[in-house]
Amino acid sequence: MIPKISFQDVSRSFELAGQKSFLALDKLSLDIEDGEFVTVVGPSGCGKSTAMNIAAGLITPSSGSVLVDGAEVTGPGPERGVIFQQYALFPWLTVRQNVEFGLQITGMPRAKRREIADRFIQLVGLGDFANSLPKTLSGGMKQRCAIARAYAVNPKILLMDEPFGALDALTRVQLQDQLLQTWSQERRTVMFITHDVDEAVYLASRVIVMASRPGRLHRIIPVDLPYPRTEEMRLSPEFAALRNEVWRSVYHPAEH
Amino acid sequence: MSSTDSAAPPRPGGFLTGRLLGSGSAMLGINIVAVVLGIAIWAAITSLGVVGLPGPMEVLRKGVELAGSALLLSDALASLGRVLSGFLLGIAVAIPVGFLMGWYRIARGLIEPYVQFFRTIPPLAIIPLAIVTMGIGETPKIFVIFLAAFLTSVVATYQGVITVDRTLVNAARVLGAKDMTIFRRVVIPASTPFIMVGVRIGLGSSWATVVAAELIAAQSGLGFRMQQAQLYYDLPTIFVSLIAIGILGLLMDRIIIAIDRALTSWQEKA
Ligand SMILES: Nc1ncnc2c1ncn2[C@@H]1O[C@H](COP(=O)(O)OP(=O)(O)O)[C@@H](O)[C@H]1O
Ligand SMILES: [Mg+2]
Repeated sequence: MIPKISFQDVSRSFELAGQKSFLALDKLSLDIEDGEFVTVVGPSGCGKSTAMNIAAGLITPSSGSVLVDGAEVTGPGPERGVIFQQYALFPWLTVRQNVEFGLQITGMPRAKRREIADRFIQLVGLGDFANSLPKTLSGGMKQRCAIARAYAVNPKILLMDEPFGALDALTRVQLQDQLLQTWSQERRTVMFITHDVDEAVYLASRVIVMASRPGRLHRIIPVDLPYPRTEEMRLSPEFAALRNEVWRSVYHPAEH
Repeated sequence: MSSTDSAAPPRPGGFLTGRLLGSGSAMLGINIVAVVLGIAIWAAITSLGVVGLPGPMEVLRKGVELAGSALLLSDALASLGRVLSGFLLGIAVAIPVGFLMGWYRIARGLIEPYVQFFRTIPPLAIIPLAIVTMGIGETPKIFVIFLAAFLTSVVATYQGVITVDRTLVNAARVLGAKDMTIFRRVVIPASTPFIMVGVRIGLGSSWATVVAAELIAAQSGLGFRMQQAQLYYDLPTIFVSLIAIGILGLLMDRIIIAIDRALTSWQEKA
């Protein structure tokens, strides 16, 4: 079976004003299977966002390519949903209008659009806020709205760039469970960037560890814990061992 | 990313709807006290005959007289008519041009030198040229007001477009939006707060320009009326005209603020 997402020798350099170009990502090769949930961790600046944005079609690789279902990515597409750390809600639209945005682009009739939007707004627990503007929402609610907006267009792939990074620990754990729950109901392929080692292990079937200078793949650590993940698992010795392993390979890549 | 736009833009929301307006009825009470006090001082000074200026009662009588003869109304309408035609024309051209400049680098390169150059010339300085080339009718005055409104609004619009949050554009793209949709549904609303700042400044400078233009060359309008009154040492008429200019300017400004509030109430207040 062909992988859902396949990074093939993907490199990307940036031209910096007056300096020689800077290699942000060096020959990343990685296959992500259909329905898989992988997390990506690594030190700041190791090219995590760059890799994801290339898969999203928001930036082009300097060399190599990303294949989705075997076809080369040449630009963004609604089959790849992206969730940004800064939420990126349209502040002039209500929660419902934000969620309907992608559906409207497909030319879906109003009633149908609304029905789908309301279903996802319910799913993320924002039912009472459908007509609210983003400015009235907390960070966690904003991110839930962004998740509903991404889900609404029914993407087969979710690319999430530190989506819970700006949230408090409690909200973060709640959203992790909610994300896993919806993922188990409707299998999507998820690539999830985080700087939180706990989060990386809790969510993933494989943790992709990257290293910097230049940004590259360092290790792939399989997480042999069954889904659904539970709080018990989070507190188990197996989980602690995995967390230690990921931690060491992120912070001491030379030895691990 | 382009490297030439380094300066951070001002936060437009605070400028239009922030604490300048004050808040609540307490503030309004203080405002009224200030106005009443000012008029009382004016009355006191002029009744002593120190400066040879007309007092509030005299000005009020003149105002009633001018209003009664419909002269005040026709002057105000003449000035307002010029301002609105020049101003509306100015922003109607400025907004698309500003969008072009922000959206297409080439348009920006072509237009920006002219905008920057003409911005340094006070619109009034164009009047002699406008009169020589366009005659003494309404056209030169409206043209100068057009220029005043255009130059302020075009820069604001362009600033608004280039500062549109890239993540919002990307968010739209990954949801399947193409250029036209992004422009219509992201760039335009995102730049509205900036445009409104430009529109407000543009209206202020249009109003200043029309009055000055009428002082120089007109057969009607509040500026013309003052200029006539000056010939006859008719100070009360000058006062009435000045007050009318102030009140109308204030009213127009308040209308713009109300429109701005309605259009940009979605903004997060810092
Ligand atoms: N548009 C850009 N221009 C110049 N350098 C960039 C740009 N985007 C990213 N970089 C650089 O590339 C490196 C990798 O960035 P990024 O992928 O955002 O890292 P991460 O998400 O892992 O923190 C960083 O050193 C960053 O400064
Ligand atoms: Mg990043």
